[in-house]
Amino acid sequence: MILKTKLFGHVYSFRSLKEVMAKANEEKSGDKLAGLAAESAEERVAAKIVLSEITLEELRNHPAVPYETDEVTRIIQDDINEPIYREIKNWTVSELREWILKEETTGDMIRRISRGLTSEMVAAVAKLMSNLDLVYGARKIRVTAHCNTTIGEEGTLSSRLQPNHPTDDPDGIMASLLEGLTFGAGDALLGLNPVDDSADSVIRVLKRFDEIKQKYEIPTQTCVLAHVTTQMEAIKKGAPADIIFQSIAGSELGNTAFGFNAATIEEARQLALREGTAQGPNVMYFETGQGSELSSEAHHDTDQVTMEARCYGFARHFSPFLVNTVVGFIGPEYLYDGRQVSRAGLEDHFMGKLTGIPMGCDACYTNHMKADQNTIEDLSVLLTAAGCNYFMGIPHGDDVMLNYQTTGYHETAALRETFGLTAIKPFHQWLLRMGYVDDSGRLTDKAGDASTLF
Amino acid sequence: MRDEEIREMVESILGDMLSGKDTGNIPEPKRTEVIQTGADGLKERDGHPEDPSACLEDITKVDLRRQFLVEGARDKEGYLAMKAKTPARLGIGKAGARYRTATMLRVRADHAAAMDAVFSDVEEAFVKECGFIPVQTLCKDKDEYLTRPDLGRRFPGEALETIRKTCGSHPKVLVIVGDGLSSSAITANVKDMIPAIEQGLALHNITLPPVLFIKYARVGAMDAVGEVTDADVICMLVGERPGLVTAESMSAYIAYKPRHGLAEAKRTVISNIHKGGTTAVEAGAHASELMIKMLEKKASGIDLKGDLL
Repeated sequence: MILKTKLFGHVYSFRSLKEVMAKANEEKSGDKLAGLAAESAEERVAAKIVLSEITLEELRNHPAVPYETDEVTRIIQDDINEPIYREIKNWTVSELREWILKEETTGDMIRRISRGLTSEMVAAVAKLMSNLDLVYGARKIRVTAHCNTTIGEEGTLSSRLQPNHPTDDPDGIMASLLEGLTFGAGDALLGLNPVDDSADSVIRVLKRFDEIKQKYEIPTQTCVLAHVTTQMEAIKKGAPADIIFQSIAGSELGNTAFGFNAATIEEARQLALREGTAQGPNVMYFETGQGSELSSEAHHDTDQVTMEARCYGFARHFSPFLVNTVVGFIGPEYLYDGRQVSRAGLEDHFMGKLTGIPMGCDACYTNHMKADQNTIEDLSVLLTAAGCNYFMGIPHGDDVMLNYQTTGYHETAALRETFGLTAIKPFHQWLLRMGYVDDSGRLTDKAGDASTLF
Repeated sequence: MRDEEIREMVESILGDMLSGKDTGNIPEPKRTEVIQTGADGLKERDGHPEDPSACLEDITKVDLRRQFLVEGARDKEGYLAMKAKTPARLGIGKAGARYRTATMLRVRADHAAAMDAVFSDVEEAFVKECGFIPVQTLCKDKDEYLTRPDLGRRFPGEALETIRKTCGSHPKVLVIVGDGLSSSAITANVKDMIPAIEQGLALHNITLPPVLFIKYARVGAMDAVGEVTDADVICMLVGERPGLVTAESMSAYIAYKPRHGLAEAKRTVISNIHKGGTTAVEAGAHASELMIKMLEKKASGIDLKGDLL
């Protein structure tokens, strides 16, 4: 393993592969906060050069957190298909990059190789990708999943309807839900972030979701994004849930901070399969975001792109229906401005798809970050070009409960029209039947009038 | 009472004016037209500049719950009744698959206000008036606070000394206030919330030591306070990052024996404390109940929940 290079006559020598991985990242305030970032633009490029010559085998043998002490590492390593891994273990990261990008390499071929990739390899190749590389590479990879409907098919762009309310008022939640449906939002999920993390509250909302779903015969999925253990309790008490949600991290320590471990997730998955209301087989929903490990001091001196990739390696184990990065939620100490948010959004989507999970994105920002609505509109256009499965849908992009801004109902509609895409087929048929879109997928005059559902 | 009636009347008249009362038609262009015509009449005449007194309406005075921009809606009255149940920006119509100009500009205005709120401090006079004891974390200024959360969780030696003196050793319950990401959340809520907590605790014969005010505080600062004081339960009131609907939202983080390295899931959180969410008084009563429960069960957060199953 060569950890040294010359650049413009200057010798750059790195102490470890971990240091190379961190310094090869594009600039992020979170890596600086962790004291891991490259100290100059030239050092950053030197690290990329060194990384480009590292082999996949070297990456596998140097996981960010030791196998013995971390169950996330164990899950990622043990899920590897060994024959596929042996085919590619002598590739350098540069070779993997060019193989992904070249014309003859199809999405199916990438999906196969993906089974031999650990999260460190996925992160490494993302570090050598420019923004357009990340779009171009991800565009090839379709990852579908089936719950009640199938997400991620070619020609579709989906939306999670997020009808959040500051006090979980059921009528207020329904108001946002109904209007969103008329804009064509909600084909990925009707999914509420509750204020009140109690089983009773989860049951109450899920029952309302289910009533609406039954009454209008809407082909979609439902979920209330409380803590995983709360959702399990609700389901055990008879709540009609299609999907179980949890925020996840890229280390066992990070997941402990979130109050669960891998066994909890598997138990939840089994419960959803046994007692849930969905067809399946994909019944899990995970959210992630660069920097969350550092924020709970569970990053093991590892950069935030690598830790994020490990979330996807962990997620893959549970065959999820939805996974998205909540990319700009965490704040300026991890992603300083619009530029860093956009880069992270493209990295996360690419890494998720390369890992083989059905990836969407909560393209978002908070009010203490140097970003605005234009930032995430740009990012959503880029990600749609990259074949992103879904975005969030919120009235005017303004989440009145979580206090951040994301994509609105109008964004997914405009992106579908701009790129010639539709909602998931059965949901699109439903929109046609209800008269909210025309044959070409454009919104009609009825769209945006929730009173058509009264 | 009379003031309230007058205010309501004015609001209702204004609301009707701005939303084009019974038609459901597009009111904004009309309004703009009128104002522009007035200005146009004066513009350029005799080479004079525009009438300096001509002014557009303040768009942030439009009550979003009453604003209705859906053209040809099937049931406008029902829609408005539904909108009354949520601060979400509903009934906003569309221009193609994009936003109408009025709502697009309002979002930009509200975002501008939220950003500005992040960068202001809780005034020293307010801290004094409340009788809080001020301390500061290791952060030097707002920018360092925003980019160095680690420093917002720790205190310099002299601050630790102040904390020790203020809170005493091994108090049963502590309430502390941290500015967090919104100074206006603190000024809007603590004066109602802390007395409500005190009342609730008084029922169990528990009294509070003086309240600390922590400048440039992250939630983890409560762990440092826990270390120094050996408190059983700490309730930290902290300003949430502002949203567009309100910059006044506060959270209460409550934990049993918080110490460095406490898992986030071991904190019990009451969030969205503001006029339009959980009111400060309600939150105060709830917080005191939770603290009593934590003292009984010797647990908080996810541990407390497990215990109650």
